Parts: sequence; structure tokens; C-alpha cells
Amino acid sequence: MAALIESRDLTLHFGGLKAVDGVDFTLNPGEIHALIGPNGAGKTTFVSLLSGRRLPQSGTILLAGEDITRLPAHARVRKGIAYTFQITSIFPRLSVFDNVALAVQSRGSRDLASRTRAALARLGLHGLEEQEAQTLSYGHQRLLEVAMGLALDPKLLILDEPTQGLAASEVDGFKALVRSLVPQTTVLLIEHNMEVVMDLATRITVLTFGRVLATGTPAEIRANPAVQEAYLGA
Amino acid sequence: MKHWTLHLALIAVLFSAQYWLSPYHATNLARIMVLAVFAMGYNLAFGYTGLLSLGHALLLSAGMYAAGLPAQLWGWSAGPAFIAGIVGGGLVAATLGLLALRTAGVSFMIVTLMFAQAGYLTLLYFAPVTGGDDGFALAPASRTLMGIDLSTDTPRFLTALAIFATGLLLSLALVRSFFGRTMVAMRENEERSRMLGYNPFTVKLAALTLSGLYAGAAGAAYAILFGYVGASFATIQYSILPMLYVLMGGAGTTLGPFLGALVMFALIEAATGLTTAHQFIVGAALVVLVLFAPKGVLGTIRERWVRWLP
Repeated sequence: MAALIESRDLTLHFGGLKAVDGVDFTLNPGEIHALIGPNGAGKTTFVSLLSGRRLPQSGTILLAGEDITRLPAHARVRKGIAYTFQITSIFPRLSVFDNVALAVQSRGSRDLASRTRAALARLGLHGLEEQEAQTLSYGHQRLLEVAMGLALDPKLLILDEPTQGLAASEVDGFKALVRSLVPQTTVLLIEHNMEVVMDLATRITVLTFGRVLATGTPAEIRANPAVQEAYLGA
Repeated sequence: MKHWTLHLALIAVLFSAQYWLSPYHATNLARIMVLAVFAMGYNLAFGYTGLLSLGHALLLSAGMYAAGLPAQLWGWSAGPAFIAGIVGGGLVAATLGLLALRTAGVSFMIVTLMFAQAGYLTLLYFAPVTGGDDGFALAPASRTLMGIDLSTDTPRFLTALAIFATGLLLSLALVRSFFGRTMVAMRENEERSRMLGYNPFTVKLAALTLSGLYAGAAGAAYAILFGYVGASFATIQYSILPMLYVLMGGAGTTLGPFLGALVMFALIEAATGLTTAHQFIVGAALVVLVLFAPKGVLGTIRERWVRWLP
């Protein structure tokens, strides 16, 4: 199976800090791949390199075989890589409708209103269209963030700690949503909630100190002694 | 629908003003409408896209000279001169954008200010052609369109109104379009916009160029309707004024630029009767606005009462 996205020897150091240090990584189409690791392991920096928010010092990134290492972020979005922010990044003073409509119209302007409403309904945000986004509850803002990512109709959806700040009931709904995305969309998930990770992921990659410690199925990762020592055992 | 009704109603009221205003005030209103076109352009860049420029005098004077110089040197008539002015404003804005949009925020303010000052000094340097600070009067032939002298009272008023109305309705259509939403997205959260697939540089460049087309149209209209072209329109004062109009009326509202231009013009007019320090009034108004009403008149009205105001 050809990889959807592949990184080879990807490296970004900030001075002496090796945030991402020679990462080889493969994402298969249709999988839910979780990226875990202790705080500061380089997870967010790594996905920033994939999404183009940062450029690497060395290494290459391939999207379906095409070298996108130097492609600017907005061009990667147009190629189907969507990123949802760890720290909620919405348009706080615009309406909920406009927030999602901006994502929808970026993919084409036909049937804007109905496509926007559909994207909102998918996250259970229907009825809130006219509200100013900053007046939403934190949980709803997180969902709006995901709705914007989904509305881009991406090949790859990168979710950076999506369940942070969600209530337990919302987490269950969220898991069902992510499951419903595959296999049309491939999901790369950064997540601290181990229950969500073990439940959702088809494969898991563990990062520590900017390097890949292990990759495998949830069962393999659970059984891996190095992972237990570095992370899970804590 | 109500958006269009509101804007058409304003245009209708302005049209009727020629019958109930004295010629002196009608001329002032024509001047205000031309300055409002300039301010509408400024509003597209600053109010909607969040580009705080201190260099719009460059774009106004680009339009003024792009219309005035061919008229002066080669005897162009009003129609072609006006079009040349619009194109001139747009071209200079696009060039300015290519260079200045590599910066943002305070740096963008300084870089645009610097280019505008360079433009002003260039006009002074080539004073034998440009007339420098003294400027030059436009020959009657260049103020004429289809046999009508546009710098006489009624044609001047109607031409200013026509340009103003066109600019206003176009800006309404623009801000309600997909591109208008994208401009606002740049203002509100550039990084998020980028991660939705929009190239911030090209969106801002397009917005600044549109802004330049408006400024160019205003500069050219001023030259043709008031028969005068001069480097004084390239001074920093004409970069500050549109900002002041927009802040006063309400940044990011379609009618704010006109309202701001009207109020500021009236304020300065009243102050000129009382003191020679009318520039002080301009400065004081700016300080008061920033401190107490940062959203301007229409911005405050929209926030409190009329949510649908475009």
C-alpha cells in the first residue's frame, strides 16, 4: 500500500533543543494514527512540519509520493492536509457560520450555505450559526475548530489534542465522529487521553526527545518495554 | 435586500442635496464625497483586511498625477485622464504591496509611511514637471467630458455623486462576497486563514490593490472636478485623514468612511472659524476616538443595536 504521507530523516533543532531529530514516519491511507509521547517530545513540532507551519532543516516529506517539503502551508491545505490547532484558533468575532463558510469556500463556492450547514450539523453545532464564535462554550469552540478542518474535505486530518477540555459525554461523541471519517479521510491524532488513543488508533507512534521510540498497533505499543519505561509506566 | 435599500437611500438623499444646499455647501459636499471614495479605499485595506497603512497619500497622489500629468502634457480629456488615474492608483498600490507586505503590523506602517514620503519628495524633486507644492491648474479642456465642463457646480456635484455611488455599491458588493469574507478572515486571524488554504500575501495584495484603485479614482476625480493637481496631496496629512475618517465613521463598515469624512469636514470647517490651529482639532479627534470610541460611530451602532449593518 502506497503511503499517504511519508517523512524521511526529518529534522528541526531549535538551538541545542532537538525538537524533531531524524524522524522517519509513514502514514497509510485510511488509518487512524495516534502520535503520543511525553510533553516536549516534539509531537506538535513534528505535525507543524507535516502541515507546513514550520520548515525543516533537513529531511523530506512526501505526500502520495510527491515531495512537498518546501511547499507553503496554504498550498498543502489545498492539496488536502488539514490541521486543527492545539490551542483553539477560530475567528472569535465572526459568526459560527462564517467560521465554517471560510473553510468551505476555500474548497469551492458552490452550495456554500448548505455545505456549511451540513459541516456544522456533523459536529452537532446546528442552530448556533448566527452566534459570535467567541460566545461559544470552550467545548463548542473545540468542535468548531474540528468542523473547520472537516469542512476542508481533507485527505489527511491532523487533530492536535482534540479532546482536551471536552466533557466525558462529548468525548464519546467525538470518538464516533472520528471513526466515521475513515477510510475516506486519514486521521493523524495527537492525544494525551490514553483511553481515546487505545480505543481509536489503528496504529500508534511514540515520540520521545524528537525521535521515534516505537511504532505499532495499540497491543504492540502496550507490550513494548521501552515504551512502558519512557511513558506508559509513569 | 435591506443592505441595498439603505445604501440606495443614502445615494438618493445625497442626490436631492443639490436642490436644498447652497452652492457653497454643495461644492463642499462634492469634495466630501470624493474624499469619502478615498476613505472607502482606505477602509478596504484597514477596516476589512486589517492593513494599517500610513502611506495612502502616495496612492491618492498617484491617481491625481496619473490623471493630471497626461492632461497637462498631452491634453488628455477628462474621461481618459480619470481612467488613467484609477489605473495609476492601482499600479502604485500593487507595487507598494509587493514590497511592503513582506512586513506586518508596525513595520508595515513604517514602510508604507516611508514610501509615501519618498513619493512626496519625488514630486518635489521633479517640480518643473509636477509643479511641486504649488502644483498646477488643469486646463479647461481636460476638465471636460462630452462637452460639459465638470468643474462647474452642477456637473461637478453629479459627477462626484456618480463616482461616490459607484464606489459605495461596489464596496458593499465586495464585502458581502466570498472575497470580502476572506479579507475579514485575514484581519481576524491570519494564521487560521493560512491553515484554511488562503495565501495571506495574495489576499492582502489584492485588497491593497483594490484600495489603491479607490484612492486613484479619488485623486483623479479631485484633479478633474476641482481643476487642481499638487504635491500637497502627497503629504502625510493625506495619509492620516482617511484613517481618521474611517476611525470616526467606523472601521469595517461600508458607510463609515462617508460619515467620518462628513463629520470631520464639518468639524474642521467649524474649527477654522474659531482658530488657526485646526490641525489641532484633527489630532484631538484622533486621540478621543482611540480612547473612547475605538469602533467609531457606525461600529458602535452595529455592536449595540443594528447587527446587520454591513
